[in-house]
Amino acid sequence: MSKIFLILFTLVFTENYVLVQFLGICPFLGVSQKLSSCVGMSGAVIFVMTLASAVTWGIYEGVMVAFHLEFMRTIIFILVIAALVQLVEITLKKYMPPLYKALGVYLPLITTNCAVLAVTILNIDESYNFLESCVSGFSAGVGFSLALILFCGVRKSLERAKPPKCFEGLPISLVAAAFTSLTFMGFTGMAERVFGG
Amino acid sequence: MKKRMKILLNGIFKENPVLILALGCCSVLAVSVSVTGGLGMGAALTFVLVCSNVVISLLRNVIPSKVRIPCYIVVIATFVTLVEMLMEAYLKSLYDSLGVFLSLIVVNCIVLGRAEMFASKNGVVDSFFDGLGMGIGYTMVIVGMSVVRELFGAGTLLGVRIIPEGYQLGILTQAPGGFFLFGCAIAILVAAMAKKGKKFEPKMGCDGNCAACGTACGGRKEEAK
Repeated sequence: MSKIFLILFTLVFTENYVLVQFLGICPFLGVSQKLSSCVGMSGAVIFVMTLASAVTWGIYEGVMVAFHLEFMRTIIFILVIAALVQLVEITLKKYMPPLYKALGVYLPLITTNCAVLAVTILNIDESYNFLESCVSGFSAGVGFSLALILFCGVRKSLERAKPPKCFEGLPISLVAAAFTSLTFMGFTGMAERVFGG
Repeated sequence: MKKRMKILLNGIFKENPVLILALGCCSVLAVSVSVTGGLGMGAALTFVLVCSNVVISLLRNVIPSKVRIPCYIVVIATFVTLVEMLMEAYLKSLYDSLGVFLSLIVVNCIVLGRAEMFASKNGVVDSFFDGLGMGIGYTMVIVGMSVVRELFGAGTLLGVRIIPEGYQLGILTQAPGGFFLFGCAIAILVAAMAKKGKKFEPKMGCDGNCAACGTACGGRKEEAK
């Protein structure tokens, strides 16, 4: 049980996908301008990451290992994720229109988000079992959301700031991201202390 | 031949994929902690980019436009798998240091972006030079960043100690240093362009939809409204 909490804590704080491992930087910089779109994107990412972790784990252990297709991992996983996102989009549109309205726009944006592919590959590399994979997908998503929503607030203050001319726009956002990432370094070592990892 | 040269230089300077188009920054930030890693990643990406550009350009009249993105992904993923297998067999230590970012070339915005924006509309030879130019442009940025980060962060260059122990800025090799340095690099570029009298506004990522960069991205946005 403590391993589950360790995964949850590490992926949300100490090994945060965006701020520490540099995964999913494009949406982090692209979508973080408005809080409403941050929340929508976060919901979609958590949902797809958890689902993708569960499905790819099943396909890897159930089909690919049995037929010795481990080398096809990259191709199969990206296609599974792409198909999955399409499927989720269609299902939501038909059966849960309010949820589709909230997440729908962001779903196609995550098909090729590197964080989603990374979490499925890392689950296999870490040889997690089914439950651990699902938790790892979920907590990676939560970590992504935390970074995105926190940075959205930073972005709001940046709008009022007056940096040197050449730093306006993207450069100053990157510098702000550096400081946000610096604060996350404060969590280093905490997971092992708390959960005795 | 002059036209080809222009395509090649376009990727290296005028439309540098990382600094000007702000694509594929994930791997640039993550891998640029050591020069060896930067060189390896640059070579791997250039190989994938050139091969996928050539193949997609050859198939551009065969692939139906509705399913083009899955088709591109399959082509790209094939070459990525090829690079992964070769590197695991012959350069095991580099393979371990690049880790998951080697597989993530599949979803690298540069590769998909060039397939969508260039290779699907141009001839084979032009696409080859476009891939090569973009690859060299990417490699230059990642190697440049990694030289600064390794030299000042770890005090070494290609593993050889240059700055004596105890005088390095360790933060540069960690995540915040990566963000900070990349921000500074773009700011320097903006300042240099301003001095030459050219206005340049750096782009803010691509809404995370790497696959549909360029034309497809515009369509998607309209659809969302």
